[in-house]
Amino acid sequence: MRSKKDPDRSRQAKGNFSRRGFIRGVGIGGGALGTGLLENAAEAAPATAASAGPGPVPITLNINGKPVNLTVEPRVTLLDALRNRLDLTGAKRVCDRGTCGACTVLMNGKSVYSCSVLAIDAQGKAIETIEGIAEPGKLHPVSAAFWNHDAQQCGYCTPGFVMAAKGFLAEHPNPNLEDVEHGLGGNLCRCGTYMGVRQAVLEAARTLKTQGGKNG
Amino acid sequence: MANTPDYSWPPMEARKVIGQSPKRLDGPAKASGRARYSSDLNPKDLLFGVYLTCPHAHARVTSVDTSAAEKIQGVTAVHVVSPAGTEIQWQGTEVAAVAAVTEEIARDAVGAIKVVYEVLPHLVKEEDVAQAGARAKAAGEILKGDPAAAFQQAAVVSEGHYGIPVITHCCLEPHGQTIQWQGDSVWAWPSTQDVTHYAGQLGQNLKVPAANVKVKMDYIGGGFGSKFSPDSWGEVCARLSQKSGGRPVRLFLDRATEQRIAGNRPSAYADIKIGGGKDGTITAWESHSWATGGFTGGGSPPLPYILDDSNHPIPNKRLVHTAISTNTGPFRAWRAPNNQQAAYLTCSAVEDFAAKAGLDPLGVFKLNLQYAPKVRQDLYGYQFDKAAELSEWKKLWKLRGQSAGPVKRGLGLGFSAWGGGGHTSQCNVTLHADGSVQVDIGTQDLGTGTRTIITQVAAETLGLPMAAIKLTIGSNDLPPDNASGGSTTVGGVSASTRKAAVNALAKLFDAAAPALGATADQLEAANGQIRVKGSPSKSLTWTAACKKIGAAGKIAETGINDQRNPSRELISSGTGGVQVADVSVDIETGIVKINRYVAVQDCGLIINPRLAESQVYGAVIMGISTALFERRFMDAATGAMLNADMEFYKLAGIGDIGEIKVYMDIRPENDKRGVIGLGEPPAIAICAAVGNAVANAIGVRVPHIPMTPDHVLDALEGRNA
Repeated sequence: MRSKKDPDRSRQAKGNFSRRGFIRGVGIGGGALGTGLLENAAEAAPATAASAGPGPVPITLNINGKPVNLTVEPRVTLLDALRNRLDLTGAKRVCDRGTCGACTVLMNGKSVYSCSVLAIDAQGKAIETIEGIAEPGKLHPVSAAFWNHDAQQCGYCTPGFVMAAKGFLAEHPNPNLEDVEHGLGGNLCRCGTYMGVRQAVLEAARTLKTQGGKNG
Repeated sequence: MANTPDYSWPPMEARKVIGQSPKRLDGPAKASGRARYSSDLNPKDLLFGVYLTCPHAHARVTSVDTSAAEKIQGVTAVHVVSPAGTEIQWQGTEVAAVAAVTEEIARDAVGAIKVVYEVLPHLVKEEDVAQAGARAKAAGEILKGDPAAAFQQAAVVSEGHYGIPVITHCCLEPHGQTIQWQGDSVWAWPSTQDVTHYAGQLGQNLKVPAANVKVKMDYIGGGFGSKFSPDSWGEVCARLSQKSGGRPVRLFLDRATEQRIAGNRPSAYADIKIGGGKDGTITAWESHSWATGGFTGGGSPPLPYILDDSNHPIPNKRLVHTAISTNTGPFRAWRAPNNQQAAYLTCSAVEDFAAKAGLDPLGVFKLNLQYAPKVRQDLYGYQFDKAAELSEWKKLWKLRGQSAGPVKRGLGLGFSAWGGGGHTSQCNVTLHADGSVQVDIGTQDLGTGTRTIITQVAAETLGLPMAAIKLTIGSNDLPPDNASGGSTTVGGVSASTRKAAVNALAKLFDAAAPALGATADQLEAANGQIRVKGSPSKSLTWTAACKKIGAAGKIAETGINDQRNPSRELISSGTGGVQVADVSVDIETGIVKINRYVAVQDCGLIINPRLAESQVYGAVIMGISTALFERRFMDAATGAMLNADMEFYKLAGIGDIGEIKVYMDIRPENDKRGVIGLGEPPAIAICAAVGNAVANAIGVRVPHIPMTPDHVLDALEGRNA
């Protein structure tokens, strides 16, 4: 998902995004950790320098251009903060483990899996969710292209795909089919809408270009 | 109103809206993130429900201590699902559930529940029937003719072993619901394939009258046959709400639990022997098959698939089936139950037989259509030829193992049959005096386009644009409709909608006829007008006609399709399809790639070609995912599902599917049969076609689906998986 051009990439790897913290946060109920693979990775991860919590802490998120204050425990993911605290439910919780892309939002213009970002770590970043990409009652060109090409059935993966496509097109304004397949490879659909998604992303690229790059 | 209204569809060339491809009506809501699924609801005072599940595949609960969990601040209810003494038969079984003011607190509380188990012996794997011991139960034997003699006389005999594993539904929206139980009323927002019957089933579980249960669902994030009932979590969610003073509770399964207990497709394994003549005519079939659908066994694919008409079957056959009970989550209906397994086992064995005889399987399949149902022999014949043409079979197909180089190309065939038909459905059409049109039907749109096609049928019938129709679905306050399963929704709702609209229009004709100086039977609805047939100048606008409705203020009419006595003038059942996979196999890495996939499918009258094509694309893509990647991994030692996630339970991505060609067989003889469902038929034959293409490419049979590198390399090395 993360682009090589992502300026945050190195910082996330070394800095305050901690896999250990995230895994601890997911807690006892998260039975999927039972394979042992993630625990091993967690042990290998460096300890975090700063700590917050364990109780709720006040944070400020910049969401769709507006500052939003809320109080969450440090273990709360950005996804759960959006869905459960802020009623921004376009991003979906599906795998909850950074695999399927249904929770994709943009952070400083780059696609991220919001299930794998802690809300406290999202402070100071410009967070864009699907609710913020178009005026009420209007469709962003990427959304419109998904509709035009029937790149949706049950629709549960669609908001994540739209956001991933928007982030992808910002960096690859002239993609070919192979680019699209590579760039959208981090999102999964169960109904099998990929044929439409391919065409939708290519159409959205053309539309955004004729609109002078007004990608949101 | 005429005594016997003519409900039949307008002729193909006269249709204005049916047969067109308007975009799906809920597309903007879905593509903008504004669509609210039941898992998206945040009603006031919402509580979060979380399950504690059993880590063991087989255990008895010795004790459950919830005292520490109850003391955690923010916990509003703790409910024990499996009390002491309960025998648990699969991992992931629900033991207790908690509601709390945040999901994090609910998770903490679940972790604070102390459960002691007595762990019991388990069986979780069924690939090797010999290891199943007493858990394997004979499940039927069929003997016809004299197979032993027939095999002795056969010029060609082939034998093979084949297997198709358990896979999970893996709906992106997990199973669950939001429920508020306040006083004597229950409000439920489920994720269900059966909005109408949910209330009665939940009410029964809760001992609350169905009349007091209100169900609403606007969108569902995937079902595929796994979301028919309220399940145990419907009841548990309601009880958590009741114990929390009537606050609403949202309880959806986490992904691991979803993968373990919320639905899977039974496996099927078989040793199959086919005997026949040098020309490829099959004269004898023998199969020993086994399968598991979880603790209750389950899964019995109909063999041989399609080539088994009761009036003219393969003359000599012996079939023995064994059901294996395993300590794994229970199976659920999975998009054409038993058919994928039967298609895979049968088409693989037929392909091996053709290879043994040195024949082109295209010819062998066609030759043996003599054993298929008579009514579909010609259809299949046409479809085999069409699929061969579109896949360039004659140019690209070679005898097994004759592809050169390390990356080998092969072609393979599969075929399918499905019923469809129309489920029981009631539609109410109301024409208001101001000209507005209301269509009400208690159905659900699984993403198949149900909203769109209902609106198309109403618009076509009333001679109005689709925008003039106000459709409401997704609530048990609406006229009843059946579950969306078995590819029966489009048949049910298109028939009930057509009938209701025709009935309403007849009443409108009665009201408008005097003003037009005509009789009701001389009128027609077209282009937003009510007009005299043959004299289009004598007309009223739709709005003007509706003004004549009179004192009642509206016309409200009903249309019903009864599944037991379906509307044969409108709908039908029975479809066929033929598919061809064109694959490349790298024999050094074992990686299989789809080059091209051809799906030829008939489905009668097509209301919306765009949405119909999407159904076939979707089914094929899901099928490619199952053919190449999907497999539930159980650990024999611990009894755990090892890939209860979406990282190691791999679904196909956008780059994994190759080029897909869909050919809808819309010849007039298919159209005149009426509407037939399409959700399942095109999902059946993919494992068969892909498996056959791999065998054709590399020259040996890879017995077990999925066609992953380990399976391919094992087969190339002569190891039997």
